[in-house]
Amino acid sequence: MESVGNIIMYFIIALAIIVFSVLTVTTGKILRAATYLLFVLFATAGIYFQMGYEFLGAVQIAVYAGGILVLFVFAIFLTGKPGKASEPLESSKKKIGLSAAILGALVCGYALFSKADMCNAVVSQPIDVTINNIGSMLLSTEKFGYLLPFEAISILLLACIIGGIVIARKR
Amino acid sequence: MDLTLLMYLVPSLIMFCCGVYGFVTRKNMIAVLISLELMLNAVDINFVVFNRFLFPGEMEGMFFSLFAIAIAAAETALVIAIIINVFRMAKNIDIRELTKMKF
Repeated sequence: MESVGNIIMYFIIALAIIVFSVLTVTTGKILRAATYLLFVLFATAGIYFQMGYEFLGAVQIAVYAGGILVLFVFAIFLTGKPGKASEPLESSKKKIGLSAAILGALVCGYALFSKADMCNAVVSQPIDVTINNIGSMLLSTEKFGYLLPFEAISILLLACIIGGIVIARKR
Repeated sequence: MDLTLLMYLVPSLIMFCCGVYGFVTRKNMIAVLISLELMLNAVDINFVVFNRFLFPGEMEGMFFSLFAIAIAAAETALVIAIIINVFRMAKNIDIRELTKMKF
């Protein structure tokens, strides 16, 4: 049995995710789409906090909501007139998009609801995810250690920094 | 009333399908990128929720999400650099009109 506060939080988060992700892809103004994306990302961070992964929620807010969204807003202002609404969609494109989305939702929804007994799992035991735990696992070379991906991702980030500078510099 | 696994998977499924819809229909390159972020985010939610509900003793899902967030950030930075460069050359980021590289 969950506490009432948890259930109310869940419904707020789920409603925010559904409403704002629909608005993100249907709104005509690109800056508004970025703002709605921000709300979706915050709601996602809410899910992470509710699950008990505080570190992941903090990373989500810092990297996604703080970093990527700012990049988006800068790019929007640099590349056009953000206040201008985009032209209405061609109906053929709209049909293709809608049918792809609805078909995907139907297939995945069928898969989810036909495996209902697995999906009825509830939170059974508290988890123990401390910063200490995360840090030692990230730098461990034992079984279930993540040293190699950790180093690989640092190389990737370095390559991205250099690539970004090379691509975007003035010639 | 209990919060089950399914109740978390349904919003993430809807988020993913919104991303697919936006990815197909949008014309602005940045809007396409925003739809892509929606899809990535839905996948991250799935990793974390499966980890929490089915394997609470382990942390694999959380680490996958952590690395996915880092890679998404790097990818977004690069793509935005490319978009700005394209805008500088073509004065336009509408994907229907950028046909120079089309085979």
